[in-house]
Amino acid sequence: MSEPNIYLPYLMRIAQITQEAPGVRTFRLEFVDQAAADSFSFRTGQFGLYSSFGDGESTFCIASSPTRKGYIECTFRETGRVTAGLADKEVGDIVGFRGPYGNVFPIEDWKGKNLIFIAGGIALPPLRSVIWNCLDQRDWFKDITIVYGARSVADLVYKHELKAWQERPDVNLLCTVDPGGETPDWTGKVGFVPLIVEQADPSPENTIALVCGPPIMIKLTLPVLHKLGFTPESIYTTLENRMKCGLGKCGRCNTGSSYVCKDGPVYTLEQLNRLPAEY
Amino acid sequence: MADTYQLSSASLDLLFAALAADGRRILAPTDRDGRSELNPVSSPAQVARDYVQTALSAKETVFPKVEQLLSYTLKPGEVDLADAVPKARPTVLFGIRPCEASAFAALDAVFNWDTRDAFFNARLEQLAVIGMGCTRRDDACFCTSVGGGPGSTKGSDILLTPMAGGYLAEVLTDKGRAIQALAPDAFQPADGAGKAALLADVPAAFDQPALTAKLPALFDSPLWAEQALRCVGCGACAFVCPTCVCFDIQEEADKAGGRRLRAWDSCGYHMFTLHASGHNPRETQGARWRQRVYHKFSYYPERYGKLGCVGCGKCTRACPVDMNLQEHLVEASQVNP
Repeated sequence: MSEPNIYLPYLMRIAQITQEAPGVRTFRLEFVDQAAADSFSFRTGQFGLYSSFGDGESTFCIASSPTRKGYIECTFRETGRVTAGLADKEVGDIVGFRGPYGNVFPIEDWKGKNLIFIAGGIALPPLRSVIWNCLDQRDWFKDITIVYGARSVADLVYKHELKAWQERPDVNLLCTVDPGGETPDWTGKVGFVPLIVEQADPSPENTIALVCGPPIMIKLTLPVLHKLGFTPESIYTTLENRMKCGLGKCGRCNTGSSYVCKDGPVYTLEQLNRLPAEY
Repeated sequence: MADTYQLSSASLDLLFAALAADGRRILAPTDRDGRSELNPVSSPAQVARDYVQTALSAKETVFPKVEQLLSYTLKPGEVDLADAVPKARPTVLFGIRPCEASAFAALDAVFNWDTRDAFFNARLEQLAVIGMGCTRRDDACFCTSVGGGPGSTKGSDILLTPMAGGYLAEVLTDKGRAIQALAPDAFQPADGAGKAALLADVPAAFDQPALTAKLPALFDSPLWAEQALRCVGCGACAFVCPTCVCFDIQEEADKAGGRRLRAWDSCGYHMFTLHASGHNPRETQGARWRQRVYHKFSYYPERYGKLGCVGCGKCTRACPVDMNLQEHLVEASQVNP
């Protein structure tokens, strides 16, 4: 072929596996080919197609920060055929990766601003990339607040990192579990994410809000942010519609005329308000 | 500007022989059990005479139903990845209708608007189109409502129009001139002035630019759910459509290795947009039907500056529950947002 095959993945070796929560794992992946490793770069917010050879490809965000070089990480829940195939893999095994695809969180534009990250359950991974990116450039930003909730203590992902963020004086972490999800030794908050955001009462002044979670969490959090005075332009999220190609061709990830794989996955609420709710 | 010639029925034999001698495969409509389908032919006598349209489209020549994107062998801790090479060969599509000839541009828009799809391009490069103007039509045809016509030259390298004793031949592109050069004696200079009188009469049924302009405001109309009430989500419309390009990527593998395949898909299927969580952004057949109409008549024009429909009517002829695309578009043109 005279043109390169755009569907050919990089081969990646699994360098580390972290069991995050029941059925949820994080893979640290390193390029098998050194030249590919050297030429690869991405920006926070981008995603890729991950292969379990023998099973197929699935779409996840890149959950690590571009400031951490030499590897990428993905976090996934075992749900279908591909994620089951991935879950069977061990350190040293090979998986495929195509990417990076999609647009980015414009963190350079947020210099001098406060940031509030709001995430629920398995939707922390995309924001975790941004959080570490911003913490690695901490002097760019003013206050950084993280509100993270899960159904139960066991379902919280990145438990070690939550502890690290808790201990940092320059991060305000509000970790919560749904009522009934707490354990006897739980010292965090109990309550749904929208309520915790309301109680935290963040000032909308010079503040960017990043929201990512299950549809019900987003649906109930947006009115809270609106009540607090956040404008649609200052609220960002990332969509994860089903994708097969990641390249704007296979035709399924669109919401209205916007292709999540090319025009997204990062959108402001102002942009989403102009699109049909096909996500 | 097209060069216009006359091609006698006898010189068509000459042309086919010259194409074969040049190593080109000729695909043309042939009759099988009362329906027309594209098959390899070696002489004009094998070509169907009486067809309005082939049942399936010609897109398979550049975008196969299933094609391999890569393959691999698996060993413990190792993956041997192999690139795939498309099996492209010099091919002449003979006798497809002008609507279908114009559909390749719509496929090209998706496959190459951003990154370039080498599989599609390798086949398109090797393809030449000898279109056949329409002297007949049926009720499903609406090419003139979507910018085409029974004698449209768009997408053809040579366009033939049947006339007494042979064909009027318009040689339109470099690929067409290369074919002409293979059998120069077959092409006799002619005056194309009589072309319009030879063609079928296809009056426009609706104002497409006005419809396209109106669609964003019609998104929440109950019209789409009403039109889709009888849709069974079979996907036949997408499979016969010359411009439907949406595809799936699937794995076929065992413990020793496997291959990754691209296969035709349809926005009419429930699974097309189903999330792993069980959430489905287009969870009703009405939402999926709307996507089909909007993709072709709103998103395509917005993104690529052209339509995703050529008015061939294949979807209408194939639909098992008699959904008629033209009628639905006329209806959409008449409702107020």
